[in-house]
Amino acid sequence: MSKYLILIFQDEAKAAQAEGESISTSYQEFMQHRSSSLLAGAALEVSTTATSVRPDDAGGFVVTDGPFAESKEALGGYFLIEAADLDEALQIAKEVPSGTGVEVRPVRVVSP
Amino acid sequence: MPGQVASAEVAAAVADAHRSQWAFVLAATVRITGNIDAAEEAVQDAYASALETWGDRGVPENPGAWLTTVARRRALDMHRRAATARRALPKLVEQDPGAFDAEAIVEEATDGIRDDRLRLIFTCCHPALGFDAQVALTLRLVCGLSTADAARAFLVPEPTMAARITRAKKKIQAAHIPYRVPDASELGERVNGVLAVVYLMYTTGHTAPSGANLMRRDLAERAYELARMLRQLLPTDPAVAGLLALILLTDARRNARLDGPDLALLSEQDRSRWDRSAIAEGAALVREALSRRPPHRFVLMAAIAAVHDESASWSETDWDEILGLYDLLVDTWTSPVVQLNRAIALGFARGFAAGLAVLDDLSADPQLARYPYLAAARADFLTRLGRFQDARLAYEEAIVLTENEAERTFLKRRLAGLAG
Repeated sequence: MSKYLILIFQDEAKAAQAEGESISTSYQEFMQHRSSSLLAGAALEVSTTATSVRPDDAGGFVVTDGPFAESKEALGGYFLIEAADLDEALQIAKEVPSGTGVEVRPVRVVSP
Repeated sequence: MPGQVASAEVAAAVADAHRSQWAFVLAATVRITGNIDAAEEAVQDAYASALETWGDRGVPENPGAWLTTVARRRALDMHRRAATARRALPKLVEQDPGAFDAEAIVEEATDGIRDDRLRLIFTCCHPALGFDAQVALTLRLVCGLSTADAARAFLVPEPTMAARITRAKKKIQAAHIPYRVPDASELGERVNGVLAVVYLMYTTGHTAPSGANLMRRDLAERAYELARMLRQLLPTDPAVAGLLALILLTDARRNARLDGPDLALLSEQDRSRWDRSAIAEGAALVREALSRRPPHRFVLMAAIAAVHDESASWSETDWDEILGLYDLLVDTWTSPVVQLNRAIALGFARGFAAGLAVLDDLSADPQLARYPYLAAARADFLTRLGRFQDARLAYEEAIVLTENEAERTFLKRRLAGLAG
């Protein structure tokens, strides 16, 4: 089995409108249906609440408001999944009810 | 000396086996290595040892089976050596025992190999890989082309092609792109992906998009061989039948396409130089595939080619039939290039003024703005309608847009021949 990270990119304006306390029914259904493949997952606050921390030239850090890269679609959440191969991972990815689509990245296998 | 074979004969036998058996041998070897790179190395070694061994002992009766056995043994040796090296080190990680039972695999019947070749093709043409990468991997792994030859075929620098292949192989491994034939539920879509790769190879070879030679035969022939292999592996798939038919019916005219150094249009070609047996085979495939509804776009394109191929002369061409086929094609495939070809058929079936009106509408399509065949088609219809001044401008536009020398020469000849 391999691990993949499903990154959910969203139109922030739309995501802000839909913001609420509870998880939407469609996501609940997805998570129930795929519970055996899901290792972790979370929804993120909007990217305007992000803070970037970068090393500076003097051995310290520069802390700035906002995400690394500004774009119309921002990372809104993720699922860490386990799948037999990329085809299964893509099948799961197609079921994520994001509306805008997702990105699937294999998790790198590192030797201890 | 018994068993001694002349070196030229051996070299020819190895080259032949390289061309016809590469995919078979590699696919059968990947099955036991589980890793494309290791399998490639073992297969290359097997071909190298064929050059030596066949000279001494003669060319084996079944070169593919011989090469497979040698490549698999080589792969197992490589695996054992790696395992020994691992044992020599302190055991840090428990190794996966893997599915390596040497002799059983070498002795295994070759029944599964039909599927192995398909697995290889479907892996190379996986939609998670970029289209360029799919084409590059197919040439390298299924056709066995060297990276240098693959680069030459697509007119890209060798390092670019090498990087493309390396990146794709790395993705196959890192993302765990599976080595399998897709399920029935996705097979149709995945077959379409494979056929798109083969079709691009064929069209690139048939009309090289740029450069001095109109046809890059090697690429067109590889595409033909792949289509044949797919037909053998997926004998009931109508889209596969359609693509093989399309290649057969188009390639049947290849000897007549050039008249000396000049490009000869379909209307000017010497039809006695067309390959009748290829036409008969292609037409039979079209008839078989047309019985399945709705017809696949390759089947319709092949059917159009068949109408031309089976027509005794240009003047006897059944344009109504061709226009009808284009109408069906436009329904299944909304491509501006198909619209352009339909407009040309319309011109011949219903009059050049009607055809020109549709061509003029298409000129507004940004996808066709730099497409030389639209300007060339307009130039031809304008000439036929006696509007020589407009035709001249259209020919000049087409000459600027084409990147193929043979086509440019042809267009210049046309421009020079204009009356008025």
